[in-house]
Amino acid sequence: MMSNVTLRVNGATHTLDIDPSTRLLYVLRNDLGLRGPRFGCGLGQCGACTVIIDGVATRSCVTTASRVSGEITTLEGLARNGTLDPLQQAWIDEQVPQCGFCQNGQIMTAKALLDRNPNPTDAEIREAMDRALCRCMTYYRVQAAIKRVTRGAEEVGR
Amino acid sequence: MTALTHLPKAVEDALERINPSTSRRDFLKSSGALVVSFGATAVTGAEAFASMAGGGGEALAQAAGPYPDPDFRQLDTWIVIHADNTATFYVGKTDCGQGTGTAFRQMMCDELDIAYDKTSLVMGRTDITPDQGGSGGSDAIERDGWPMRRVAAEARRVLLELGAERLGVPVVQLEVSDAVIAVRSDPARKVTYAELVSGQRFDVTLAGRDINATSGVADVKPVQDLRMVGQSVPRYDIPAKVDGSLTWAVDVKLPGMVHARNVRPPVAGAVLRGIDESSVADMPGFIRVVSRGNYVAVVCEREEQAIAAARRLQVEWERPAAAPFPASEELYAYMRSAAPTSGGDPDDVGDPEAAFAGAARIIEAEYEFPFQGHTAIGPAHALADPSAGQMTIYSNDMKAYGMRNGVAEFLGMPREQVRVVWMEGPQAYGRTAADDAGFEAAFLAQEIGRPVRMQWTRNEETAWDTKGPAYTFRLRGGLDAQDKLVALEYDARSADHNHVGYNEPDTVLIAQLMGRRRATPARGGAATPSDMYAIPNRRTTTQVVALPMIWETPLRTGNLRDPNGPQVTFAAESFIDELAAAAGADPVQFRLNLLAGSPEDDAFRRARSIAVVRAAAEAYGWEPRPSPKPRDAGTTPTQRGTGTNVIGRGTSTARTELGSGPILTGRGIAYTYRSRTIVAEIAEVEVNRETGHVWVKRLVCAHDCGLVINPEGLRRTIECGMLHSLSRALWEEVQFDTEKVTSVDWLSHPSLRHSDTPETIDVVLVNGDPNPDRSDLAPYGAGEAICKPLIAAVANAIYDATGVRIRRPPFRDERVLAALDAAGSPQSGPER
Repeated sequence: MMSNVTLRVNGATHTLDIDPSTRLLYVLRNDLGLRGPRFGCGLGQCGACTVIIDGVATRSCVTTASRVSGEITTLEGLARNGTLDPLQQAWIDEQVPQCGFCQNGQIMTAKALLDRNPNPTDAEIREAMDRALCRCMTYYRVQAAIKRVTRGAEEVGR
Repeated sequence: MTALTHLPKAVEDALERINPSTSRRDFLKSSGALVVSFGATAVTGAEAFASMAGGGGEALAQAAGPYPDPDFRQLDTWIVIHADNTATFYVGKTDCGQGTGTAFRQMMCDELDIAYDKTSLVMGRTDITPDQGGSGGSDAIERDGWPMRRVAAEARRVLLELGAERLGVPVVQLEVSDAVIAVRSDPARKVTYAELVSGQRFDVTLAGRDINATSGVADVKPVQDLRMVGQSVPRYDIPAKVDGSLTWAVDVKLPGMVHARNVRPPVAGAVLRGIDESSVADMPGFIRVVSRGNYVAVVCEREEQAIAAARRLQVEWERPAAAPFPASEELYAYMRSAAPTSGGDPDDVGDPEAAFAGAARIIEAEYEFPFQGHTAIGPAHALADPSAGQMTIYSNDMKAYGMRNGVAEFLGMPREQVRVVWMEGPQAYGRTAADDAGFEAAFLAQEIGRPVRMQWTRNEETAWDTKGPAYTFRLRGGLDAQDKLVALEYDARSADHNHVGYNEPDTVLIAQLMGRRRATPARGGAATPSDMYAIPNRRTTTQVVALPMIWETPLRTGNLRDPNGPQVTFAAESFIDELAAAAGADPVQFRLNLLAGSPEDDAFRRARSIAVVRAAAEAYGWEPRPSPKPRDAGTTPTQRGTGTNVIGRGTSTARTELGSGPILTGRGIAYTYRSRTIVAEIAEVEVNRETGHVWVKRLVCAHDCGLVINPEGLRRTIECGMLHSLSRALWEEVQFDTEKVTSVDWLSHPSLRHSDTPETIDVVLVNGDPNPDRSDLAPYGAGEAICKPLIAAVANAIYDATGVRIRRPPFRDERVLAALDAAGSPQSGPER
């Protein structure tokens, strides 16, 4: 039942003795103590659990831990040498979150978007972000924060 | 893992090493350390804190309880001054994500005269913060901010007296800046707050018959002297929410902790007949199935094990004999025909019968509003620790004190042995005022004897959370020969029998499933719209109807962000728009005319209402004209739809000429107030007449909540609150068959998404006070008023764009398309 599963998370390698069918989310949260990815639906519908695996925004709640071979980045892994990722800083500058529970999904989805498309159009932002749900409805400011990174605060004009 | 929120990270780490369930105040009390000496460590970091941990053993014992209520009449309960001249505030509120914690600090800093960044705040800990009731009713700043300001002012007064003694000059010759008291004529002679209280507590007893009235001797400052209030201080909680470092309620882990999942009845009212525990007994990590009455839960060592066991557990249920409720499509017919359980006598103003008899025209319309859920982004959760005969619950419960009392009674424990530690969690908006998971975790922890973490599933949350009540409405308006509104009849029914939402031990779901019920259902209500317009003759009737199943139902009603406001304002402000259209009047001007008022009206509110409606119209660039919008110039009229908005006698058929393109545009306004907060909102829509899709392209809000504590924080709350109601306008509806809720996840229960977001949101903060410079300008609530008018504004905009009135949200594509079809819209019209 249990077996060794090796995961590379935020630059570190972990080998864990777990049921290999365990969803990645529970391993990240309960075994590795990470707080960024959160349980929202367990169905891959809301995005609260999003991590980036080899550049792709991935819903860890529907990802089987033992099948992940790539490098996993979580919200905690975005900062570089103590400096927040520009998206995280934009989130603070724009004062995006309300409760903040979903914001992991918003930020990680946006991060994957900008990594593959550094200058997305409004339509591309809406499309890429569309399945990252927020029940406090911070969408307007999420989009503003993304544009703050890609176009600068003046361009956002808010 | 620590249970503390918003403490310096270093302190959190230090606490974590000592004991996961200790706290700074526990430590303070038990260590015998003076306030100031403890405080010094809180600021200087973990190492100093750890060096103080010689008293840690005592801290452990103290942390284990009991947990008597902090005395709100003691100044030391609210404010602690540390040796490094910083302060910590303790308040009995919770922050549901609107930044109220930041606002509390701003208000208290101003009264205490201390810099914002020299302070910290602790909220919602039943053992160490005074009971201000937690969150609810948009009263955080409007009501609960006052005792905070007064105690901070009192602390400043006491410190000034100590300073006068120390410096040897009268208080009137002193000045204070950033927690330093100086002689005005000789600023070199000065003393810090910390130097004055070093070695002693305030030990000041406050007055007040209840916590809301808590006061010392000092007066609060005049508004003109406030410095932090009015500044857009960035929220202190946001960085940790963005970098992943915050410990949320879902993150708390304790030694020996186990994981639980509920197993719900497959249909409402099903009776538990048997559990085959052998179906899961050999599963890895399985600990126990716990059941009582119709409540069933599975407990396992690991989370994924609990999920698997809950899925596999074989349970035999017996269907109830009668259907617990009508299917959602039959709901409104049921509500209209059911015998009301309360209400019914009309409330008359003036002589409505005579006024209707004399009216030139009578306009009449019926509206409906579905059950809507809270559907928090994170399902209900809590961790309960039964160690040492006490019970500590780590929870995002917005009313932590109510849950402490409720859980104590539910478990049969003395209150002093139960504490609730509020921590950040997914949006509440009323959901966690009926905090089922906290009760369940506590019950299971008591049964198992180990810390139990309860986590609901998505489907469970969406199906079984508390619901905002459904409504039916009938409105009639009488216009005189000059198209003036002379009579209004409002008749509302709500499906709100047995309204829950205050963490009572007999209304949470686990209690109801166990058969523990109060003698009579909790009283619900059918609300009336805000009484805002001067209409001389009015008849108002409100009634409540019950669905067949009252207890343990997934359609139990609770407080959903302004529990009735969006519903009743949707009907009332849609109907005002219908009357304006019937009168051929501009919707803004029609409202302003109704606000012109009569002598007995509340002049204060009327003046502010007029200012707000005008501000919204101006910010939008509203050009006066009646609705619906005439067809675009230069396009061929393809269709003349007959608006479906008018029944009853008289004329007032809205003749609509729709534009020729697939996208129809329009604008709509709605206005209301809540308590003393006034709000007017304008929606600009694009309606795709081929798909029925509605996009709200632009939103404008003019908002008057009196004194603004944090403008940018308020703007965010307004933007997001409007979009919350936009989600309710466009998407949200609880769907059910006759025995269960069928809208159970984000596919079957869609919510607003990025693609629905308006292109522009303009917020205008208005201070329409008749005396805007008054020194006692009060702050009013801002969390919910914004939610009220938005749905009507969108409905009015759809009408403006299409000439079709839609009288039941949500305005999903298929409903809009069907309404356009029924009205003979172009896509089905003969010209096409």
